[in-house]
Amino acid sequence: MSDARTLPTLPSGGGTKKLRGIFPSAATSVLYAILVVIAIVYVAPFLISIATSFKSDAEAAADPLSLIPQTWTTAAYSRLFLNSDFPTWFTNSAIVTVLVTAGRVFLNSLAGYALARLNFRGRNIIFAGLVAVMAVPAVVLLIPKFLVINQLGMYDTYAGMIVPLLMDAAGIFIMKNFFESIPSSVEEQARLDGAGTFRVFWSVVLPMARPALITIVILSFQGSWNELSHFIISTQSPDLTVLTKGVASLASGQLSQGTQYPLKLAAAVLMTIPVAVMFFIFQRRIMNASDGAVKE
Amino acid sequence: MLIILGLFLVVPVLMALWVSFSDWTGRGSPFASSVSFIGLDNYEQLFVGGGLPQRDLGIALRNNAWYVLLVVPIQTVVSLFLAVLVNRRILRGRGFFRTAFYFPSVTSSVAITVVWLFLFGASGAVNKVLSWLGINGPSWFQDPSGVVHNALGAIGITEGPSFLTDTPVLGLSLWEWLGGPSVAMSAFILMAVFTTSGTFMLLFIAALQNLSGETQEAAMMDGANGWQRFWRITLPQLRPTLFTVLTLGLIGAWQVFDQIYTGTQGGPGKTTVTPAYLSYTAAFESQEWGRGAAIAFVLFVIIVAFTVLQQWILRDRAVSRRRRRVYEPTDRPQSERSVRSTGQQAARSTSQQTVPPTSKEGDS
Repeated sequence: MSDARTLPTLPSGGGTKKLRGIFPSAATSVLYAILVVIAIVYVAPFLISIATSFKSDAEAAADPLSLIPQTWTTAAYSRLFLNSDFPTWFTNSAIVTVLVTAGRVFLNSLAGYALARLNFRGRNIIFAGLVAVMAVPAVVLLIPKFLVINQLGMYDTYAGMIVPLLMDAAGIFIMKNFFESIPSSVEEQARLDGAGTFRVFWSVVLPMARPALITIVILSFQGSWNELSHFIISTQSPDLTVLTKGVASLASGQLSQGTQYPLKLAAAVLMTIPVAVMFFIFQRRIMNASDGAVKE
Repeated sequence: MLIILGLFLVVPVLMALWVSFSDWTGRGSPFASSVSFIGLDNYEQLFVGGGLPQRDLGIALRNNAWYVLLVVPIQTVVSLFLAVLVNRRILRGRGFFRTAFYFPSVTSSVAITVVWLFLFGASGAVNKVLSWLGINGPSWFQDPSGVVHNALGAIGITEGPSFLTDTPVLGLSLWEWLGGPSVAMSAFILMAVFTTSGTFMLLFIAALQNLSGETQEAAMMDGANGWQRFWRITLPQLRPTLFTVLTLGLIGAWQVFDQIYTGTQGGPGKTTVTPAYLSYTAAFESQEWGRGAAIAFVLFVIIVAFTVLQQWILRDRAVSRRRRRVYEPTDRPQSERSVRSTGQQAARSTSQQTVPPTSKEGDS
């Protein structure tokens, strides 16, 4: 009640609307202000972690917000590279990610093409199965995956880390949709020239599918680089530890005494760099992924 | 391809189903003759056993239910809000803002969790900011108290009425169920919103760009203000995308695992244990494989049930009849239909392009 009485000068009702009418730029600057504040909130965690990774332990604890370390130190980074298993983790992540991405691009496009263009019995059933598979939550599959990997004798091997990740229902889905959008007259031309099915696929259709393939590359790179749970259940030896698993063990304090925030954050920063690079290279594509899809 | 698909998806699920009905202890093959079929024993222990397994499941379900209840609406509203803000044509630096909002979505959940542990530490950045406002922040990841209980405690209610404290459901009293997410879990809730709102923002932007400007113009001619236009016209047209976002959000939010594994391992006081994490620890740490598999299937049923329920609630009726009368003349039902169906198509095709249904959500 008292609040209402302190504002007698404002016309009751529609006050803000009038203001907006008088100062159109005011509304715009409010919009910008809101956006900038939100952007700061979204970006700050990354800036803070980069800054903190160059601080000393004591400074990180004492002044967690400052973006400029008082004394720059690369102790965290040198410790990671010279005095820990971090290089092994990084190498393993790189190997797995490259192989999974290459494999997915090949297998997804092959399977997508088969589902889109080849007429064989049970095609619809397989497709329905694919959709059903997409609906099964990944977390529910942890134990099942372990059982199979174990039964096949692939536990704690690169094969066990890579092969299960090669199948990716979402990727097949994307490729199938794309291949269906290519007019079949293109293929008929090649077929008349005597090309076989694989030849048509490999030299004619696949080069046309570049946009879809790039999408798959982005998704599987991100997916396998950031994957954690699959590696938890498929490996145990330190030699096969990937970044996510290694950094997770760092986070829970298994390798360090005390908090050691600079060390942990340096690890987090380093593991973010490859996906960040990937993101900025393909940024246009990622941000406009939706635009291309609408044109029918 | 098909072999891999079958080998790593169909067969494993069947194997796990068998394990959930068996007393396998993790040694040798689950199909060895020493492993016996024990029927529904594992499930019985979980639901009516009255022991620790039942209580743990109850706690995990309670924790995750609160997580879902808060994460799904908040991330939907935030992402829609961001999309509407960023979608203005006249806005300068649209690209920058989109990038800023989306970037957290591409980073690994492990890295974000590490950052979060630092930011939300007892003397971390968040509490520092809170102290500027005169608020003494909690030591987030060490605080097991439920936020609803804390809020009630602030107004002097520390004991629940007896009909709540005396009614146990899955080994937890209703009063405990209603305690709210723990302070530690709240930090994870904020993190989920931070990492997923960008992805969903992209979906909403795509949908917004597909809306026809004509309806908006017509509404403007009729004198509808910005808020009315958004509420009565834009939002109903976004319904299909809203549906996609809610479904993906629900599926993802029931699967919290990476953050818990990296961050708190279920602590403090089990208040961040989720069914996914419980299933993992039961199987891989306690070697109770049958129970672990059973929990996984319970989780599976929950997710399927929620998806179906949601589909039923939001089934194909764009707007209530009362609403429809408000913004569309009754003699033109045809045009309303067509607007809706094109919107739906667009949403469908875009959702397939930008987000594969399970990829990011598994770790967010």
